[in-house]
Amino acid sequence: MNKNSLTIGRSNYLDNNGTLLKALPDSLNKRKFLISLYQTMVLTRLFDETAINLQRTGIIGTYASCRGQEAIGVAIGHAMLADDVFIPYYRDIAAQFQRGVLLEEVLQYWGGDERGSNFSQQANDFPLCVPIATQLCHAVGIAFALKYQSKPNVAVVTCGDGATSKGDFYEALNMAGAMSLPTLFVINNNQWAISVPLERQTASPTLAHKALAAGISAVQVDGNDLLAMYISVSDALEQIRQTGKPLLIEAVTYRLSDHTTADDATRYMSQKALDDAKQKEPLIRFKHFLTEQHSWTDKEDRALYQQCQQQVDTSVEVYKNLPAQQPGEFFDYMYEQLPNSLVEQKQAFLDGLKRHE
Amino acid sequence: MNEWTMIEAINHALAFQLRENPNTIILGEDVGVNGGVFRATEGLQQKFGEQRVIDTPLAESTIIGMSIGMASQGLIPIPEIQFMGFIYPAIDQILGHAARLRNRTRGRLSCPMVIRAPFGGGIHAPEHHSESTEAIFAHIPGLRVVIPSSPARAYGLLIAAIQDPDPVIFLEPKRIYRDGKQAIEDNGEALPLDTCFTLREGIDLTLVTWGAMVKETLQAAEQLAAKGIDAEVIDVATIKPLDIDTIIDSVNKTGRCIIVHEAAKTCGVGAEIAALLAEKNITSLLAPIQRVSGYDTVMPMFQNEHFYMPSTERIINAATKSMEYR
Repeated sequence: MNKNSLTIGRSNYLDNNGTLLKALPDSLNKRKFLISLYQTMVLTRLFDETAINLQRTGIIGTYASCRGQEAIGVAIGHAMLADDVFIPYYRDIAAQFQRGVLLEEVLQYWGGDERGSNFSQQANDFPLCVPIATQLCHAVGIAFALKYQSKPNVAVVTCGDGATSKGDFYEALNMAGAMSLPTLFVINNNQWAISVPLERQTASPTLAHKALAAGISAVQVDGNDLLAMYISVSDALEQIRQTGKPLLIEAVTYRLSDHTTADDATRYMSQKALDDAKQKEPLIRFKHFLTEQHSWTDKEDRALYQQCQQQVDTSVEVYKNLPAQQPGEFFDYMYEQLPNSLVEQKQAFLDGLKRHE
Repeated sequence: MNEWTMIEAINHALAFQLRENPNTIILGEDVGVNGGVFRATEGLQQKFGEQRVIDTPLAESTIIGMSIGMASQGLIPIPEIQFMGFIYPAIDQILGHAARLRNRTRGRLSCPMVIRAPFGGGIHAPEHHSESTEAIFAHIPGLRVVIPSSPARAYGLLIAAIQDPDPVIFLEPKRIYRDGKQAIEDNGEALPLDTCFTLREGIDLTLVTWGAMVKETLQAAEQLAAKGIDAEVIDVATIKPLDIDTIIDSVNKTGRCIIVHEAAKTCGVGAEIAALLAEKNITSLLAPIQRVSGYDTVMPMFQNEHFYMPSTERIINAATKSMEYR
């Protein structure tokens, strides 16, 4: 085997401060577009902070923060075509928002209501996936369907670094490679699988290397560099559309939060590691870039934050005012048509409610 | 009319659906060129092409996982798991996703698919090739579990399973794959799901069973008839959701019930049937319900499998004991 084929490239456009390292393609270097990327990132950050507060005050349940990983989802959400299909893991709200999932639907989901995954503005994307790595297999099947139906679309699936240790990860990559299916795998390598750091997860030099054994080309990208992420995802999607073959991106980032609101990362994550990671986080870097390259002002920044916070606050109000599920609705979607045994159980449940009234 | 064995009936039901609906896709290990290790898919790849009858890599979890993805996009995948003993890597996908997709998206996405797997013992197969773990799937909300017991029911129930809008685990009793032929019209006519089939009417006791054990149970009924005991035989066919009404009606008539299954006894589907009879109909019982089943042991390798599997003799003994109960 050629030694070069085992080398994984790494893409960067911004340095750790947000200074541009190389010229952007002209087609992307448009102020309005770049601000729209930034806006989704800010919206996601503010939503995330609000969601944590809502959990602390008992208004939603356990919530998985995406703090620090916003650039990855923003890049995916903005680069995908509407008719591509997105199969997210559970820290992908940035991409979901961009693809039409409503903020209040995300609150509804983490608020313990299945209706939050019945997206009103997004028919085809999968709901977020809790059992680790299982979604990668779904993506391969979706890619098969897109190919079978001769659609020029791509199944885009994300997972965390922990997922790359699971059998489904290897199986899905192998299947997509062997069957040549239009799938883009994006690993959110945030360095932590709850409390287990990456170095305990694998001896592989990068997670991108894991794609090579499946015959899939892969690249490592600075996942906190929104420009590099956007360009990498866009290029990958373009290439998949042309070749029909799968690709993998390892987005290197850092989880700037507890695993979920039920976790306490101070038990295993050092303050120094966290402080170091905060220096490279995506929002500060991108703001620096906008300021340097597109004369973004603090005033504009404050206005954007205010506008996004308003959008988040509105979604919280909408969420709080959503009607409760119909009593016994949790029976109704088990099958297209309820079997007799479930009709009977539902009736018994409803009768029980009546007795309590 | 065609005279088909069960495996031929399955093959023709699959062919019918592939012809009928271009969204139908068969996938699995060795299902293409080789036509499946039991030949259930023989000739289908030649007829319908490599895009519709797919030899996949050897990866059960992804065979099912990708079927879920396919189903969500309007296809009707029919994945084959080569033997039930190898379905366990896919349990995560079946229980965690296939059974739940409709509910967790409130109907936005759904999972119409049929997971076919040969199951059960009695063919002198190697280790891990003979289990009957249908109860695992029957326990899971959101699944249908269907088990045919004759060529005609295999044809009609498989057609029905493929047309069903929800995920179906279709377990094929491989011991009777080639055990006799039946006249079947290849007209795509479905048999009803969620319904028991009463194979023999009788007034003295009710024998409830499914899959390959239907054979021994019917034999037992004939031998009991020679002794003047008139047994009713019910093939449950869909073990989830369970048509308990047919069983209750029968037990109302007979007052005695024996449940026969090859699977291990504890928490088998027989336990559920017995519990439902106790809940709904205990006063109609003239004798304790009995279960004639496999033991709570690992399915023995083939030198001893005949000791494990319920025999006609064990069924007759249980029936006699039931009739003698005062």
